[in-house]
Amino acid sequence: MGVWVDEGLKPLAERIAGALGVDVIAWEIVKGELALDVRRDAIVRVLTYLRDDEACKFGALMDVCGVDWPERAERFEVVYNLLSMRHNRRIRVKLSTDENAPVPSAVGVFPSAGWFERETWDMYGVFFADHPDLRRLLTDYGFEGHPLRKDFPLTGHVEVRYDAEQRRVIYERVKLTQDFRSFDFLSPWEGLGLNQLGEPKAPPPLPGDEKAKGA
Amino acid sequence: MAEPIATAAPAADEAAAQVKIKNYSLNFGPQHPAAHGVLRLVLEMDGEVIERADPHIGLLHRGTEKLIEYKTYLQAVPYFDRLDYVSPMNQEHAFALATEKLLGIEAPPRAQYIRVLYAEIGRILNHILNVTTFALDVGAMTPLLWGFEERETLMEFYERVSGARLHAAYFRPGGVSQDLPAGLADDMMKFVEHFPKILDDIETLLTENRIFKQRTVDIGVVSKADALAWGFSGPMVRGSGIPWDLRKSQPYDAYEHLEFDVPVGKNGDCYDRYLVRMEEMRQSLRIMKQCLEKMPAGPVKGPDRKVTPPKRGEMKSSMEALIHHFKLYTEGYKVPAGETYTAVEAPKGEFAVYLVADGTNKPYRCKIRAPGFAFLQAMDFLSKGHMLADVVAIIGSLDIVFGEIDR
Repeated sequence: MGVWVDEGLKPLAERIAGALGVDVIAWEIVKGELALDVRRDAIVRVLTYLRDDEACKFGALMDVCGVDWPERAERFEVVYNLLSMRHNRRIRVKLSTDENAPVPSAVGVFPSAGWFERETWDMYGVFFADHPDLRRLLTDYGFEGHPLRKDFPLTGHVEVRYDAEQRRVIYERVKLTQDFRSFDFLSPWEGLGLNQLGEPKAPPPLPGDEKAKGA
Repeated sequence: MAEPIATAAPAADEAAAQVKIKNYSLNFGPQHPAAHGVLRLVLEMDGEVIERADPHIGLLHRGTEKLIEYKTYLQAVPYFDRLDYVSPMNQEHAFALATEKLLGIEAPPRAQYIRVLYAEIGRILNHILNVTTFALDVGAMTPLLWGFEERETLMEFYERVSGARLHAAYFRPGGVSQDLPAGLADDMMKFVEHFPKILDDIETLLTENRIFKQRTVDIGVVSKADALAWGFSGPMVRGSGIPWDLRKSQPYDAYEHLEFDVPVGKNGDCYDRYLVRMEEMRQSLRIMKQCLEKMPAGPVKGPDRKVTPPKRGEMKSSMEALIHHFKLYTEGYKVPAGETYTAVEAPKGEFAVYLVADGTNKPYRCKIRAPGFAFLQAMDFLSKGHMLADVVAIIGSLDIVFGEIDR
């Protein structure tokens, strides 16, 4: 049993990196999964190569999604997951962007990118240039904001209800009867481990430690 | 605004007016019995011929991915039941495998067999629903009545092992929540013996049925190249003649020890996809039977107490077990930073979870790749040039459930 391992991934990664040159910023194989970091404006070229090259033949784009890393300079990552049925392999292609920089659309290479990119636009506000139909997909008609961004509240901004007087569904600001609770369950009581010199590390400061110092 | 004075000949004007009213758009759904949920399909029609189909989805959007970012890994499991609510455990399977991969653990052999057993029950549950409601959409009612009685039996198997007919939360990272109760394996064996008869009955009603064939043969044809380009998977690629099944090509859990065949269609039309699903149910029965015969004894949860909770009995006497239980159900376990795209062969096709962990007890990002999402996106391509009534047949054969498409 166990995870199925592919020996040919490393030569493949080297071949791709060699063929695409500067367009591939980095690649890594972690837990048997190959991931490429590519330049944003080269994505169409990269995907076309991965689809058509004889050793790659990643003929199906299975998924496109965004990831939000607010602390990074370019906060969004767009992740393309491709599958090669010919060689029975997967590859992940990643690029980074921010709120303004457009990403070239992959619809011309894979028609299946259409909705996946619409969803990424809807959820993160990543703009895809040359997309034939970049409308919102999953959120409500007339929705504002991009809900999967880390700074978008879980409860959202508006809620709907049926108003008996106006005899229609109306939008209102979200009213929480109690404050939104987000408990921090992360325990500081972990084993401390050893530092580089082989000595036990100093314990991290705990809430309340400052009181002892003040006394 | 003043009307412009007509300068052209009146005959040309009349023709232009006719062209204007010829195309009209038709709202199919959101409440339509053949829309399989809350699909709003805006159809641009030329007479009764579809010119453009624009599915509006998201009416069942619940923000599952956002919610999961605020829950621990264990608390995220029940959300997967609520995606494709027709085959709940298959979704849990993908999440459990993804989490296990990041944690670097593996379920014990017995748990792997139990998971495969229930994944195949899920496949039969799904295919019964799809085949019979598809038949209902194109005019045959009896298969639904026969099929749903069997679905009820299968959902009882769910209930006996997890306490819930649908939202089981049974596959957990590290194994399954509890072992099979006594007597369940025998009842499953009885089902495996008895169900082929029902399948035969349904097939006598449909497979050579003239009306059924007229409604489905050569409707919604997908070529091999189209199936790849649109990111199809599952019966949608197998119906087009591509022998692709993740259970064979990238086996997970106990699948590599089990024998089964992958049925493949020829023409890629609605009828072939129906045939593929019927045969898949028979293959699932084969897998269930082998699982029941080969299932080893042993634990159903991994040995790592930092991931899987201790037994109830242990907690009464062991302080360690009590602490582990408390920690696992409040803080949960921490998953080392990393990312994985882990896919399973769900009944509808490739169901995958792209999981990004940042080393805390909650997923940083959990993208759910639902097979139906890719199918529905191709609706425009599939239905162009077909008649309105064929749209119903195409939707039926796509096998879409809005729980997983809208998420």
